[in-house]
Amino acid sequence: MTAEIAATATDPRTFRQSLSRRPPSLLANPSTRRACIAVLAALMFWQLGATSDAWLGLRPPIIGHIPSPVAVLEAWRLLLGDPGYWESWYLSFTRVLMGFAAATAIGVPFGLLLAVSRSFRGVAFPVFELLRPIPPLAWVPASIIFWPTQELSIDFVIFLGAFYTIVLNVLGGAREIDPRLLQVARSMGASRWNIFRRLILPGVLPSICVGMEVAIGITWEVVVAAEMISGGGSGGAASSGGGLGFFIWNSYIGGSYPDIIVGMISIGIAGYLSSAFVRRAGARLTPWLAIR
Amino acid sequence: MNAPASASPVGALAIVEAVKLYDQGEAKILAVDRCSLDIPAGEICMIVGPSGCGKTSLLNAIAGFHGLDGGSIHLDGHMLCGPGRPQANIGPDRIVVFQNGALFPWKTNIENVAFGPIVQKRLTRKAAREKARLLMAEAGLAGHEDEYPGEISSGLRRRVEIVRALMNDPAVLLLDEPYRALDALTKSVMHEALLETYYRTGTTIFFITHDLEEAIFLGHRVVVMTARPCRPKCIFDIDIPHPRDYGVLTSARFRRLAAEISAQLEEEALKSFARGEKEGGVQ
Repeated sequence: MTAEIAATATDPRTFRQSLSRRPPSLLANPSTRRACIAVLAALMFWQLGATSDAWLGLRPPIIGHIPSPVAVLEAWRLLLGDPGYWESWYLSFTRVLMGFAAATAIGVPFGLLLAVSRSFRGVAFPVFELLRPIPPLAWVPASIIFWPTQELSIDFVIFLGAFYTIVLNVLGGAREIDPRLLQVARSMGASRWNIFRRLILPGVLPSICVGMEVAIGITWEVVVAAEMISGGGSGGAASSGGGLGFFIWNSYIGGSYPDIIVGMISIGIAGYLSSAFVRRAGARLTPWLAIR
Repeated sequence: MNAPASASPVGALAIVEAVKLYDQGEAKILAVDRCSLDIPAGEICMIVGPSGCGKTSLLNAIAGFHGLDGGSIHLDGHMLCGPGRPQANIGPDRIVVFQNGALFPWKTNIENVAFGPIVQKRLTRKAAREKARLLMAEAGLAGHEDEYPGEISSGLRRRVEIVRALMNDPAVLLLDEPYRALDALTKSVMHEALLETYYRTGTTIFFITHDLEEAIFLGHRVVVMTARPCRPKCIFDIDIPHPRDYGVLTSARFRRLAAEISAQLEEEALKSFARGEKEGGVQ
């Protein structure tokens, strides 16, 4: 109530400006500064822990057994010139995109149908709910059997990882649409098609975006494991590139431990980039949410 | 279409012996019982009554959101619902403005306002936007056209919503406590704006409220409803001449009416309270 009065009293335009005003400099912001210091401290801790065997003669658990950040950086520097490393990026990205695009293309209409048609929901939802608890990775062997190529079987497993999340978000979003909005639209004479296009669709859009954002994160979890299990798909040999997941696994088999860490960080970066992209696209599609 | 108040021939609402039942588990609850009320065209009719008494059920039946179990409702002589037609068609001649507002958050204010005529294919998109811009300017909303409802104050939002309703040239505006969530100051601004709009359009207004001052200040008549089941207990003619301004709030006549109506209302509120009815228990 008080917030509402305050909002009433402030001119909405200046209010919005004050929300979007940026801090003058990145490092002047105390929380950014704190974050930078924390990351630096963690890296230092890692470096000291990883090299403690050399200068203290003892190996602390976990951290004493992994390559140091300096070693990782050095390995990375070498890998940047290796086309196999970049091919791994390319392969994993392609798989994620394929699976994710298929999951969106099928999941969004499927979820909308579930939401608007009671009879479709009656038939399809029980099957959906029966299959949903099966983790995507459990499908890997079966999917290798029933898809003609290994590439397709990996894409399929990724698809599953994203599909369930997207469908559930669409369905949940459609249920959250205020029934009064539907009543108002009907009383203003909107046809069923108009209600679908002008109400259900924009009403569900925020949930679709959230679902896609969560789903793209899941696809990266799935792709890595699927590549490890399936042996990297068509790429096969180590440096010819079998995807980033296979790259990690292969580095482990080959004993190049710094490369494992490089692979892990690479996947982190890839996941971050794709999430950021999806989030950006989502914000662009739902401009009315930016002002809340 | 925008007939002035004096010449407005449309919007006469007649409720005849309306009955509305609700299922509550095994039992049937009588929400509205043989409720009759005549509202002449162009009247502002204020409905007050205890919480959960069934006022909103009546409004929903007029709007066509649900049907009646008996009786009939007529608009300008045709039957909206009654024997043989349990539920009124939902249509742009009766537009509801809800308690918490129901603007489409993903549409800008002007798109919200222009929505009705566009989906009814009565106006082209361009013509609808032009008309919307005009009506918005008249309602003091110039400059807020391209903002989203989430960007403006709740008072302005309510104003946008009323303009959106008026874009459909409704015969009756059905207002269900539209100003409930507003602070007192904003409310009084809204009242004057609503009257100003009313003086321009002369649309019949069926207005549910809990706020007695609001009821007396705005209404030609104030109908006090009984505790559930809902029917008119008594009807007060508010003989304060229109146009009104906030000065009337302090007049002796206003105070006297307020005292009389509140005595009647309190009697019903006590009954409903004694039965332990939940607020909004019947929707």
